Amino acid sequence: MLRDHASIVRFVAQAQGITGRKKLQKMMYIAKKLGYPVHEKYEFHMYGPYSEELTARIEELCTMGFLSEQKEDKGAYTQYAYQTTPESSAFMELVPPLTDSFSTCIEEMKHKSSRFLELVATLFYFDDLEREAQVEKVHIVKGKLNFTDEEFEEAFQFIDDLKKNNC
Amino acid sequence: MRKTLFFKKKLPYTERTAQKDGESMLPYAQQKLAEEKVFKDPVHRYIHIRDQVIWDVIGAKEFQRLRRIRQLGTTYLVFHGAEHSRFSHSLGVYEIVRRIIDNSFEGRPEWDQSERLVVLCAALLHDLGHGPFSHAFENVFQLDHENFTQAILLGNTEVHEILSRVSEDFPQKVADVIAKTYPNKQVVSLISSQIDADRMDYLQRDAYFTGVSYGHFDMERILRVMRPREDQVVIKSSGMHAVEDYIMSRYQMYWQVYFHPVSRSAEVILTKALHRAKKLSEEGYQFAHEPTHFKSFFDGTFTLEDYVSLDESVLLTYFQLWTKEEDVILADLCSRFMYRKLFQYIEFDPAKDFTKMRELEQLFREAGIDPDYYLVFDSSSDLPYDFYRPGEEGERIPIHLLMPSGEIKELSRQSEIVEAVSGKRRSDHKLYFPEERLRGNTPAERCIRDVLGLKEV
Repeated sequence: MLRDHASIVRFVAQAQGITGRKKLQKMMYIAKKLGYPVHEKYEFHMYGPYSEELTARIEELCTMGFLSEQKEDKGAYTQYAYQTTPESSAFMELVPPLTDSFSTCIEEMKHKSSRFLELVATLFYFDDLEREAQVEKVHIVKGKLNFTDEEFEEAFQFIDDLKKNNC
Repeated sequence: MRKTLFFKKKLPYTERTAQKDGESMLPYAQQKLAEEKVFKDPVHRYIHIRDQVIWDVIGAKEFQRLRRIRQLGTTYLVFHGAEHSRFSHSLGVYEIVRRIIDNSFEGRPEWDQSERLVVLCAALLHDLGHGPFSHAFENVFQLDHENFTQAILLGNTEVHEILSRVSEDFPQKVADVIAKTYPNKQVVSLISSQIDADRMDYLQRDAYFTGVSYGHFDMERILRVMRPREDQVVIKSSGMHAVEDYIMSRYQMYWQVYFHPVSRSAEVILTKALHRAKKLSEEGYQFAHEPTHFKSFFDGTFTLEDYVSLDESVLLTYFQLWTKEEDVILADLCSRFMYRKLFQYIEFDPAKDFTKMRELEQLFREAGIDPDYYLVFDSSSDLPYDFYRPGEEGERIPIHLLMPSGEIKELSRQSEIVEAVSGKRRSDHKLYFPEERLRGNTPAERCIRDVLGLKEV
């Protein structure tokens, strides 16, 4: 069971820290859809696919001292930044290092905004549908975010690139 | 004036005449039974059915299957009363939602009456995809019951056929409410939020059948003060104390019942037995009894029909048969489950003790015990109530109180009791093992006892 914890630490280590809880959630979800061993269960929530179990694991990892959580005051809201701790390097050894293709994926995702990752993750959530139906679905569940055609275009391109990378 | 329950038992005049003139005059969605039907229920006293659609869905074979799946899985090995099924829970959730919309919401401008049937169906069918001992089964075969709920609603099933008669897109609408991807968030929140019909039913039902004295709260009071708002359901502030009781009962039930270490131990064994059977099958092992029902799950080729034909009776039959299997591990694990010879456990802090894990695995091997099946780490964790912090990526919609001034306030800001448990996660980590097999005098066994902190006898 601790392997699930360890693979989260590996993930954060590879990204050299992740800023924003939403970003972490969505990055892990996208990685899961690409085949990264994420066993945490995801459901659809306010900001798209979200895993309560992952939130719990992250909190546990902070308590265990393998991840550190930094609260950043952004005026209107607070943001949380996650980093691995020096103690985590031995713990990570419970699972093998990431493959090169996953490392590239993480690198790609890290440079995207959390709004964009939310769109990508939501599209992945409805990936059993045809493209048009996917777009329609996103407009229904994410009406307030008003994603533009350009954003959809970019998101689909991003998904194709990620998938290509993995093959 | 709200209509009372008693009054509602009589069908309104217009509906009665419509029935006389022949059912075909009304579309299926609006057809009512000639007389109201009731199910006797120990928690809600009566479950009332008047809609033809609801009556038909209950009769569908995929819904009847829920009678053969226990609501609490392995908990009956600790609390012997906990034999109640997902069937009874599903009816309970339906009844709570029915009371909310028919007694509190009907006629209010913020409530859209055309959503009535979809939300009642979603309430009734929200757990449709659960399999036998869901948690263990999903873990071993990497499945998700929510995907099966969707698949049964949208696939070639009796439930799908019935829902399709309402309208072509009706099965999809029901599926969207359950998946929380339905446009009307108020409808979604009746079935999944921090104070929803699902949880209100299972807390009370599980308390009743386990016999524990936690889990009770004044649901009628909460239902009376629920009010529909644009995106969610709010609670009139005068009902705050009933909600406090509900939050506390939730907290108690999680730790006293749902995370009970002995029932977790049974689940650990069940999971490992299924893992073992899967592995044996992959290795081409010849079972004394061909595991026909599981074959397609072992090799991942199962169909929806295979899934729907599984239930806990089938699984327990195999476990009984497997107690006689030649494979020692499978036979032992199944006997342990059937005859309740469960694993012992110790508290295990993974932060401090994770290095011990490897050492123990090695020692178990030396003692001739396979750690893959006999040394299991398991953790439980729960967040009793989460509040929303503006701008932050919190995902749970908090409970909102409607103040006399019309203002909306978040619960934990008004209630000190709720504030005390808000946003605080409690976790529990344990390590499970067969204690009676570690009593020998070999160096490995002595060492294991030492690492686990077991007393020398």
